[in-house]
Amino acid sequence: MQRLTADSVTLGYDQRVITENLSVGIPDHSFTVIVGPNACGKSTLLRALSRMLKPSRGQVLLDGQSIHGLPAKKVAKTLGLLPQSSIAPEGITVADLVARGRYPHQGLLRQWSPEDERVVQESMASTGVGELADRYVDELSGGQRQRVWIAMALAQQTPLLLLDEPTTYLDIQHQIDVLDLCAELHETQGRTLVAVLHDLNHAARYATHLIAMRGGEVVAEGAPGEIVTAELVERVFGLRCQVIPDPETGTPLVVPAARVRGARGAEKTSSSAGRA
Amino acid sequence: MKATTTKETAHAAGPVRAVRTPGGHSFRMNVRAALVVLLLALVAAAAAVVLIGSGDFSMTPGEVLTTLFGHGTFQQEFIVTDLRLPRVLVGLLVGGALGAGGAVFQTISRNPLGSPDVLGFGQGATVGALTVIVLFQGGAAAVSAGAVTGGLLTGVAVYLLAWKRGVHGFRLVLVGIGAAAMLTAVTHYLITKADLVDATRAVVWMTGSLDGRDWAQVWPLLIVCAVLLPLVYGHGPALRVMEMGDDAAYALGVRVERTRLLLMGSAVLLVAVATAAAGPIAFVSLSAPQLARRLTRSTGPNLVAATFMGAALLLVADWIALDAFGDRQLPVGVVTGMLGGCYLVWLLVTERKAGRI
Repeated sequence: MQRLTADSVTLGYDQRVITENLSVGIPDHSFTVIVGPNACGKSTLLRALSRMLKPSRGQVLLDGQSIHGLPAKKVAKTLGLLPQSSIAPEGITVADLVARGRYPHQGLLRQWSPEDERVVQESMASTGVGELADRYVDELSGGQRQRVWIAMALAQQTPLLLLDEPTTYLDIQHQIDVLDLCAELHETQGRTLVAVLHDLNHAARYATHLIAMRGGEVVAEGAPGEIVTAELVERVFGLRCQVIPDPETGTPLVVPAARVRGARGAEKTSSSAGRA
Repeated sequence: MKATTTKETAHAAGPVRAVRTPGGHSFRMNVRAALVVLLLALVAAAAAVVLIGSGDFSMTPGEVLTTLFGHGTFQQEFIVTDLRLPRVLVGLLVGGALGAGGAVFQTISRNPLGSPDVLGFGQGATVGALTVIVLFQGGAAAVSAGAVTGGLLTGVAVYLLAWKRGVHGFRLVLVGIGAAAMLTAVTHYLITKADLVDATRAVVWMTGSLDGRDWAQVWPLLIVCAVLLPLVYGHGPALRVMEMGDDAAYALGVRVERTRLLLMGSAVLLVAVATAAAGPIAFVSLSAPQLARRLTRSTGPNLVAATFMGAALLLVADWIALDAFGDRQLPVGVVTGMLGGCYLVWLLVTERKAGRI
């Protein structure tokens, strides 16, 4: 079952076409990760799936209906997005910021119901920022701030959550922190997550469904254990490598081929590619 | 990376409180903000009473209040209801409209300097009014109409020029500043082209004053405020979400472009009508929202507090203009200019102390 699909979409900005005639489906209850080299269209695809970019041809479907035809607040109750860069208003506290995530469920006569209160507390607890509730967001570290934004997205209570490069600006400890959190949300709360990640190894480790893109097209789709091979990595990223099982999790681990010293221009690698 | 900021308290304004009705409805209640609004309303009311009582025929506050409730002498009734009450009402409405307009624009442009003064709408209204004065020698009503038209046209032009797949804060501020500069040049040109009488009229109008405002100015202002202020307040929650960036707002279900257009249109109209009634009054839309925010200590656009702060600010400035300089009476625009300058200096000093600049 796929609640969120892109149906033969053509996407672009101004005159530049990024993808043409692309069809992609997000399996329900999966942790889908979209990977690919720069400018392959992965962020563009995510923006289209989240309704921020309108396809010039084709349509994005949510529960069988075109996402652009649905009322904005209705979509916001089903589909959440963690944008790449959001602005924390100056002087805002963690609790206040998370509370703003309740907007789709509120109205002029329902401005702060007991339900809102409960969900905000739960969201802060599940992302581990409960003790930071009264702190100012601009005083937090990068990792903590990202958790707060995730808590806000969780407060929206959407069954689907899209994350646009959630780990790009974080150090490795916080990257793993955030990804572990996403994995936990996926497993314990059964949400469908779709993330764009730059790090292929992180993607292979955490995703249950991987979409590899290059040049605006999907090159391969499926469970990381099945599709991540050295051939695929070379085809998508142009990188010679070996793929070995991750000693911690057993998922594919990409090890780039070593540079041969002194042999500039010669395409030599110290081990044969393709050993998986 | 900021140095540790001198936030006055270690804690913020506290958890969200709400008033809940048995029917399942709930309304957000920010106690501090409500108190601030009440305080500002009292200040505005006090300034109003003092203003009504001052002038050549002076009255004590007690006499003013009794007259307002219908028990004054015939002479007092005339002075109050025909001469001074409309002036004070115009002051309240103009201040409120400017405060609200400023709050909307500063939130949309995400910039405390992104106020209608800076973005050129006041200057647009000035050009409209001066065109009527200098080129058509129009009467007071025509001048007001010209001001509103000028302000609205400037609003449309700035919006269209700043539009690039949507209107974003930075671009809006830049286009607005450019528009303000060009319109100021046009204003100066019109004055040089005018004969002495018209030029004097123009300069007097441009300074911003509540002198001579009567009921004819009150009614249009009242109607516009009664319609637009609730509309703007109703979009307060959407504005709070839009503060976090367009992407986050989109994700939360706000119709970003449509809301922005609606709010900008309302704010431009509020500022245009206020400028048409009292001339361009400097610094109220710039400072009222920021001062309101400092008092309420709450993030978010603080629309209601900014409205009341604008009203209180303008009336207090008017009182200073009338009473504080002995025999000389200044137009209120001069005093707001001075107060605005002081405000900016104070802002500079506090931001410096907090290490932000």
